Amino acid sequence: MNSAVANIKTIAKRELSGYFASPVAYVFIVIFLLLVGFFTFMVGGFFERGEASLTLPFFVWHPWLYLFLVPAAGMRLWSEERRSGTIELLLTMPITPWQAIVGKFLASWIFLALALALTVPVVITTNYLGNPDNGVIFTGYIGSLMLAGSYLAVSCMTSAITRNQVISFILSVVICLFLILAGWPPVTRMLEIFSESPRLVEAVAAFSVMTHFEGLQRGVLDTRDIVFFLAIIGFSLFTTGVIIRGHRAG
Amino acid sequence: MIKVQNLTKSFGPKIAVNNISFSVERGEVLGFLGPNGAGKSTSMRMITGFIPPNSGTITVGGFDITQDPIEAKKLMGYLPENAPAYTDMTVAGFLGFTAELRGMRGAEKIRAVNRAADLCFLNTVLHQSVDTLSKGYRHRTCFAQSLIHDPDVLILDEPTDGLDPNQKHEVRTLIRKMGEKKAIVFSTHILEEVEAACSRAIIIDRGQIVANGTPAELKNRSDIAGAVLVKLTGAPLAAVQQKLSGIAKARKSVVLNQTDTVIAIRVYPKPDTRNGDLASSIADAVREENWKIQELHTEEGRLDEVFRSITLPDTTQQERS
Repeated sequence: MNSAVANIKTIAKRELSGYFASPVAYVFIVIFLLLVGFFTFMVGGFFERGEASLTLPFFVWHPWLYLFLVPAAGMRLWSEERRSGTIELLLTMPITPWQAIVGKFLASWIFLALALALTVPVVITTNYLGNPDNGVIFTGYIGSLMLAGSYLAVSCMTSAITRNQVISFILSVVICLFLILAGWPPVTRMLEIFSESPRLVEAVAAFSVMTHFEGLQRGVLDTRDIVFFLAIIGFSLFTTGVIIRGHRAG
Repeated sequence: MIKVQNLTKSFGPKIAVNNISFSVERGEVLGFLGPNGAGKSTSMRMITGFIPPNSGTITVGGFDITQDPIEAKKLMGYLPENAPAYTDMTVAGFLGFTAELRGMRGAEKIRAVNRAADLCFLNTVLHQSVDTLSKGYRHRTCFAQSLIHDPDVLILDEPTDGLDPNQKHEVRTLIRKMGEKKAIVFSTHILEEVEAACSRAIIIDRGQIVANGTPAELKNRSDIAGAVLVKLTGAPLAAVQQKLSGIAKARKSVVLNQTDTVIAIRVYPKPDTRNGDLASSIADAVREENWKIQELHTEEGRLDEVFRSITLPDTTQQERS
């Protein structure tokens, strides 16, 4: 077990340094912060609102920002390994495939967490201007991190499907978009047309990340929401493993 | 160290590797020969545990690669085809990464990196990023990675591909030297390499082993192996041919070249003639006639000829299928 942790750490360290060895990390962080700033202050009307809360002006944009940025950060995870052939090197090392999958996923998640952590000045500003409920802000950050992790796991899965990063990106955007829109009335209405059973419609709607994220934005730390996000991550990473095994089996 | 039994792998309808078996012991260097697409890389990928076989077993140092992959992989160093490496890392960083995956830390890791870099002549580029390296250096970086933990078993897929003649020579010498203490399998389609570095060679064609033996044994399968080339001066051709065909051990003789003064003839031995017997009989016969010998030698046989005769060229393959 110790060696498993050590292997995951080694792989995560390499992957993380890979982000910073190229301009990817810096471009990503700068774009992310610019967009967060723009949506929070210009579109979200942070100042005009006159309330010391981050829920509406700040966190509400995250599912949409992540929709494009997280697949961009995750699209190379496995497709690059396959394209360059390093996957052969990695998987003939004395490690199990899941150690590699978890290691690479964690590295990207840590990277996204780092980008998210750089938005802390917004929190400081809010605290300077008023007296926000920092508990709510904290759960908001937890939710945002979970959301990023879920999208990332999906990107991890799509990047294992193809060695083409563009295809990997588009597939993961589509799946993440579905996760956002699953509970949206137009989508549920469409499902009602095709299916008589309200159960199915409810089941699909339950897959929406929005309902689970909203709870956390409002400061409700519900285990079910956390379990939901962790389940998406677990399922996606498991599927990644199955896909990689499938490629190897030919 | 390596035992392969009845290994089979197919990709869809195409059978890449068809029921091959062989074993490699410590102290052996096994050359894996074959035309492109013969199944060399597929076999090596199965031995190293990258792809699972459809059937058959592979054990490395007693560990089954499908049952006990981690233990088996610990014993192996692997240089994949095209020598992949993480291009965003420095050479030292990359070697350090593989050392860590092999369980090395701290001073042990640094020692291992330096040792591997020494062996593969990478000291000058140690802190250079992999994507700025030339092909030869990149190749050696990946080669160094396979040596990082001083493994008992080395699987090298075309280790000299893309190297210049000097580097090729160095790598062959290195393989031969390491082969004294390790079990090494390396694939190539350069035949001189087999003679230079292997203690044994397997020729594989369309997924099957078509020949297995020492380089000398393989060369003996050549048509001209054991034939005697003789160059004579001051002799009439017809008389020479008559004299040579009278030799008991000669099967046939072919005139290779004839000028006014010199005749070059290759004499093929009958089966089961001991090496050297034919040459001495020819020398005796020529001496009787007082012809002058300019050159007389027994041919060794050529590997490329053997290779061509037992593996089908692509064109015939297409005609067959």
